[in-house]
Amino acid sequence: MNISLSKIKTSNPITNIYIGSFLFSLAIFDVFVYSFFDLNITSFLPGNLNLFFPLIIGFIGLSFIRMEYSGIKLVDKINKHINPSNFNALLTLLIIFTILKAIPPALSWMVLDANISGDTKAACTGTGACWTYIKVWFKRFMYGMYPNELHWRINSAFILVIALGFVGYFFKENLKKYLALYYVVIYPIIAFLIIYYLISGGSFGLVWVETGAWGGLSLTFIVSFFCLIFCFPLGMILALGRRSNLPAVKYVSICYIEFWRGVPLITVLFMSSVMFPMFLPEDFFMDKLVRVIIAITLFEAAYCAEVIRGGLQALPRGQYDAAKSLGMGYWKMHIFVILPQALKLVIPGIANTFLALVKDTPLIFVVGLAEIAGMLALAKTNPKWLGFAMEGYIFAAIIFWIICYAMSKYSYNLEQKYKTER
Amino acid sequence: MNNKIKKLIPQILTILFVVLIFGFFTMNAQVNMDNRGIDFGFGFLSQEASFDMQFTLLDYDGQDSYAWAYVVALLNTLLVSFLGIIFCTILGVIIGVARLSQNFLIRNSAAWYVEFFRNIPLLLQIFFWYYAALRALPLPETAEPWFGVTYMTIKGYYIPSMIWENLNVFLSCLIAAIVSIIFIRIYARKLQEREGKQLPVIYISIGLLIILPLLSFLIGGVKLDFELPVLKQLAQTSFIFEGGIALPPELIALVVALSLYTSTFVAECVRAGIQGISKGQKEAAASVGLNPNQILKLVIMPQALRIIIPPTTNQYLNLTKNSSLAAAIAYPDLVLVFAGTALMQTGKAIEIVGITMLTYLTISLSIAALMNWYNKRIEIKEK
Repeated sequence: MNISLSKIKTSNPITNIYIGSFLFSLAIFDVFVYSFFDLNITSFLPGNLNLFFPLIIGFIGLSFIRMEYSGIKLVDKINKHINPSNFNALLTLLIIFTILKAIPPALSWMVLDANISGDTKAACTGTGACWTYIKVWFKRFMYGMYPNELHWRINSAFILVIALGFVGYFFKENLKKYLALYYVVIYPIIAFLIIYYLISGGSFGLVWVETGAWGGLSLTFIVSFFCLIFCFPLGMILALGRRSNLPAVKYVSICYIEFWRGVPLITVLFMSSVMFPMFLPEDFFMDKLVRVIIAITLFEAAYCAEVIRGGLQALPRGQYDAAKSLGMGYWKMHIFVILPQALKLVIPGIANTFLALVKDTPLIFVVGLAEIAGMLALAKTNPKWLGFAMEGYIFAAIIFWIICYAMSKYSYNLEQKYKTER
Repeated sequence: MNNKIKKLIPQILTILFVVLIFGFFTMNAQVNMDNRGIDFGFGFLSQEASFDMQFTLLDYDGQDSYAWAYVVALLNTLLVSFLGIIFCTILGVIIGVARLSQNFLIRNSAAWYVEFFRNIPLLLQIFFWYYAALRALPLPETAEPWFGVTYMTIKGYYIPSMIWENLNVFLSCLIAAIVSIIFIRIYARKLQEREGKQLPVIYISIGLLIILPLLSFLIGGVKLDFELPVLKQLAQTSFIFEGGIALPPELIALVVALSLYTSTFVAECVRAGIQGISKGQKEAAASVGLNPNQILKLVIMPQALRIIIPPTTNQYLNLTKNSSLAAAIAYPDLVLVFAGTALMQTGKAIEIVGITMLTYLTISLSIAALMNWYNKRIEIKEK
């Protein structure tokens, strides 16, 4: 990009700015009018020139504006951020034009021409998206085939579990030492009991709902929640095992970790659904959901172990030496000195593992559990609602995107926070 | 003595635990298989598979054995992984560099690209492309040609196939070109280390890559013809393309989703690698009198690649493992064909799932071993 446009510039910088900004805004105006109002103001130009006209005059305009220092804040900002060289100016124009071109069709499909009223397919008359479909199926996407009048049980179970998760924040000083015990042992047990008795039912006068009816987004949360709380202790043991100096313990841990990290989750799920029942005692029945949760837990524990190992390795040797010199044994040293520090270091890493876990859960659809992807597949093939695959997947993508984006931002913030504290 | 026992007990307990679990499982499996009348063994591999595959690279039909079906399906998996790795690398490098651009718009579009595609589950992305985006494509009879000779339709992407004469002459010329380029590179590096001279390796390489294969056309008697896809009417409203190569929509959806998803991770690796080089390196190189191209080639890239390559290989590995999601949209990959169809037909759950897992494990472990070797190599150089 060595085009010298300086020759056509006048010697007066102010004139240059006027000419340049006029040409630049003309280019943007041309594209804007064309894409929003379908008005081609340069239709008098011959074919290709007509197409490239905004690019050319925008490019010339930007090169008029480009100068070391103008004294006008806006112009200096433009020059610094979007117009430092010919190549950058071209890319800038292309990006602006692409955005301008993409907004009207996206907007009209998503909002302007879309339908949301009504309860049947017939209500969708517009050329845009049919959000009626999402509205009608919304409960199914959230709760699966769980009976409609019992949805309060799922909601209250989630609220209880989340509330119990925050209980740790309100522990008094003298209870703080039991915090780890609470989160690693007591909390998972209580959460399991709540979900088992409230969502599954069967006792306390609640109707039994079999796991086959669970589904939708709530199943995603249940599976990823259980997998997280169970894989964490297992991963901790494996990480300690891998760093142990006892060869048998070390190699068993290494084999375990490398095995699970080397296979794709989908084969693990296949294993849990077709191969695992063969390994169980004859008349011992295990629910498919339980098998899947066990499989994902074993799988994620290997990844979790690697994250925790990273934290253990990041601790300076002095911590180990100091603990040993105080006469602490292996377990005492790890429980009171090493793990509390190491676990704090790995919180962002664990958050990332959890993020990956949430993104992996739609896979359980492959073994026949009606998680949100499964519900979408079901709704898509419903004879009354054919032809709305696009809306369904966009809806699911938006939900997952919000969850995952929030989590990744949170883990990034944690990372920054612990980085400065160290 | 006391110390020894202290060390021995946990080990014995661990091994005992592992042995007990395996023993328990084997025993149960034995009993279960006896009850169901299944016997353990790999004899089924030589039996006739008697199922068909939609898309294969090698010749395959239902009369071939399960072992051959396994090979064909594995090749399909490797094809997806290979295409995905190429596209995700190209995209990832562009986006990674763009994230460091001084241009506000480019930097932010790249950042949004990464945030967007990274935070949507891969399975949903594959479904979106397969069930929503690719279904919106035109039917064969209304398809407009892309680049004149290829057709993107709802039934797949039709491209011309190549018909070679004396292909092996061409291939040997290509291999000769690549080997000579490797030697020239080694020589150029030695020359640079010894005398500080620089050979225009890139121009020589490009020249060799063009000239040698061209010579094979002119002298070696190599001929290349293209078979173009042609629209053919089957019935009143049924049209189909004949000739050429048809890439099925499953393959396209899978490759697009995998490369878009993985490219975000590759982009982050590239960005981290370039950012990992301290500014001082660049300034020092500039003050020695290297020009920007030389700085990039001789100072920044060798150091950045050391940071970039290990995590990127990890991403390639993830892509290969994720390609098993093909099973969800019925692309005949290893999982669908072997752990799906073949398992249904033979009922040999343990053997088939075992083989499938072992295959992926072998791929992963061999790449991991390669990476360890590479890491060791560049570590030594650092000192």
